[in-house]
Amino acid sequence: MAVPPALITLLIGVVLTLAGLWVGHNVNLLPVEASSNAPVYDDLFVVLFSIGTILFLGITGLIVYSLVRFRRRTGDTGDGLAIEGNLPLEIVWTAIPAVVVLFVGIYSYDIYERMGGMASLHDHGAMAPMVEQVSVQSSGQDERIWGGIGRSGDGGAVLPVDVTAMQFAFIFHYPGAEITSGELHVPLGQSVELHMEARDVIHAFWVPQFRLKQDVIPGQPTVLTFTPTRAGSYPIVCAELCGPYHGGMRSTVVVHEPEAFEAWLQSNRPATVAAAPGHPTG
Amino acid sequence: MTVANPLELEPGLQPQGWLRYLSFSLDHKVIGIQYLVCGFLFYLVGGALAGVIRTELASPMSDFVGRDTYNEVLTLHGTIMIFLWIVPVVNGAFGNYLIPFYVGARDMAFPRLNAVAFWLIPPAGLLLISSYFLAGAASQSGWTAYPPLSLTTPAAGQIVWILSVLLLGGSSIFGGINFIATVLKLRRPGLKLMQLPMFCWAMLGTSILVVLATPVLAGTLVMLSFDIIAHTGFFNPSLGGNVVVYQHLFWFYSHPAVYIMVLPAFGLVSEILPVHARKPLFGYTTMVYSIMAIVVLGLVVWAHHMFTSGTPPWMRLFFTIATSFIAVPTGIKFFNWLATLWGGKIALNSAVLFSCAFIFNFVFGGITGVALAQVPFDIHVHDTYFVVGHFHYIVYGGSVFVIFASLYHWYPKFTGRLLNEDLGRLHFVLTFIGFNLCFAPQHWLGLNGMPRRVAEYDPAFTTWNQVSSVGALLMAISTLPLLINVVVTAFRGPVAGDNPWNALTPEWLTSSPPPVENWIGEAPLVTEPYGYGEHPGGFDLDRISGRDLWSSGKS
Repeated sequence: MAVPPALITLLIGVVLTLAGLWVGHNVNLLPVEASSNAPVYDDLFVVLFSIGTILFLGITGLIVYSLVRFRRRTGDTGDGLAIEGNLPLEIVWTAIPAVVVLFVGIYSYDIYERMGGMASLHDHGAMAPMVEQVSVQSSGQDERIWGGIGRSGDGGAVLPVDVTAMQFAFIFHYPGAEITSGELHVPLGQSVELHMEARDVIHAFWVPQFRLKQDVIPGQPTVLTFTPTRAGSYPIVCAELCGPYHGGMRSTVVVHEPEAFEAWLQSNRPATVAAAPGHPTG
Repeated sequence: MTVANPLELEPGLQPQGWLRYLSFSLDHKVIGIQYLVCGFLFYLVGGALAGVIRTELASPMSDFVGRDTYNEVLTLHGTIMIFLWIVPVVNGAFGNYLIPFYVGARDMAFPRLNAVAFWLIPPAGLLLISSYFLAGAASQSGWTAYPPLSLTTPAAGQIVWILSVLLLGGSSIFGGINFIATVLKLRRPGLKLMQLPMFCWAMLGTSILVVLATPVLAGTLVMLSFDIIAHTGFFNPSLGGNVVVYQHLFWFYSHPAVYIMVLPAFGLVSEILPVHARKPLFGYTTMVYSIMAIVVLGLVVWAHHMFTSGTPPWMRLFFTIATSFIAVPTGIKFFNWLATLWGGKIALNSAVLFSCAFIFNFVFGGITGVALAQVPFDIHVHDTYFVVGHFHYIVYGGSVFVIFASLYHWYPKFTGRLLNEDLGRLHFVLTFIGFNLCFAPQHWLGLNGMPRRVAEYDPAFTTWNQVSSVGALLMAISTLPLLINVVVTAFRGPVAGDNPWNALTPEWLTSSPPPVENWIGEAPLVTEPYGYGEHPGGFDLDRISGRDLWSSGKS
């Protein structure tokens, strides 16, 4: 009994889609989620991974099938069919990727907005109740923020931290508490806003478990906002080639329970902190 | 049409035989082979440097070469592979060899400029490599040479790097102008644009990109060299300069550069598949429009390399959309190739295997590329091994696989001899397995926290790095069957005959190897370069009479 080709195509499509969705949801390629941004990111990853798997399996299947089914048998010197094109078919495979790409683009825009990526960087200085940033009215005089991820605007308290990157270390300064440290300590569940500037060359601040990265650029302050959601220690990695010891330019972000963070603040408040690698306070 | 003939211009001075490959020859075929061999030698150097990188990364500590040396090695590896291997070979080698045939000309539009363009490459390449020995230190700032790092690393090496890239960029521009003039102005009378083989369109598009984008890189590098030598402050923040402007200018060239490496490969695959599948190229017209769409879009996507840099939110958004949409014309091309294979009679030879592996690799790289175009996705994996994996799937899995496919396809044209198929398939299997073993794990490494361009890393990543290094070793070994095959065949290979593939494109309608001015007598007029295939119910006579007509120009 002959099965109609349309039915076979439909079945293959369904199987491929299911396989893609299964792979997308069950194959975990990412490190643990430790910031409020990470689950959002991982949702996007699952969508991209599923669509990618469907496409990749489909096209690979087509190639392998074609190479086996339409291979030239020995002794056959004839030609294949003289098909030069098929406009409806070509329109279909122009339209489908266009729709998929448009969907992915809009979806990732939504994700980006939820991450706070679309928050205006220039009104930002006026919004944040910060100790060091005075002259809110004369915003033209304010330090310009050149790039980064701003606040998502949940209105909660924000912990500002000044980050200075230099060959080959990150220095963290807590403006309120006058603490300077080589490690970043943050409380669980509170928004943290990093004001970052580099001393010498371009560096990049990356915490894989937060799914966040921002270049730290000499002469152009940048900002990075995140809310840690999981206590623990995570690596801070410099991701921009910055010289011979680039691979060694690493630090740690420690996410404390709020009480433990207060204790850390208290115990480090004196100016005689040994945690910083002996650098003058910026 | 009269074209400068080297024999008439300088009687007795142009060497004959193998010596002409070392001479200032004006013959486009000689220049094409010069590009190919020269590029391959640099590929071996770049590959050895890749070997150094993968050896260093076989352990999480920086223990194989010094840290400065490691950065020199990764800079030289990138620069050599891009500017001395892929760009010169996909454009210079195959472009020069094939384009005059395809347009029905006896040479390129400007043969002397063509020779100058080639002869800029060996000195520039030697200059670049010698900087490692002469200046005491080669450039250490990566092939991107971002300031202020490139302003603070040893100046002599950086200046030599800039000089050699300027020379190579000049060579590329000369070549681009030549291809545009040849395709548009040197076509045989009666040959229309929409009858050209697809590789002509690919080279036309590529050359437009070369001519528009390369001068921007040249200007940028001149400014960078002023910052280094004359202490100007274009990109020096301590003198009021702006480091992000450099990134914009650099990527305005260097993203189109990816298309400069990949579009000619698209063109070459479009030539190879129809011949070996015995079918017409599917969707000629949409293929042409996709190439042009890629050219236009390719010029407005550069800032996706700067999503984590100092770019405002709206700019991140615009470049996400523009970059994603480049997948549409690219997708059309891939579906058209699949449709070309469908229902064909496919010869499973090395050329086809490499071409199909190219589709496999490039689709994978394209999917990760669309993912990388999404700002939120990129913010996590930017500047990590994920990007290294993606990039190599595009330029190695894409362009280099096509270079190998093209070598198997056109070697009989270059030499008149057929490469050994068993060695060819061994080369294919080793390359394919080695390549995927080397670069697939790098995606996981990047997602989980390994940045690129590091000599040391978190010991948790050791296993997959070692797998990757084993893959690199396989890739190195895979070069051996290719080398043996090419060298032995050149002397002892079976004679191929003029047209071993029964192809219809014009380069096959002359002797192999072809005479100096390509055809004895008139150039053939090929209006249907992909006229393969049996029309159901039609007569075979059509094809046979056509071929007899075309080959009349041969003798």
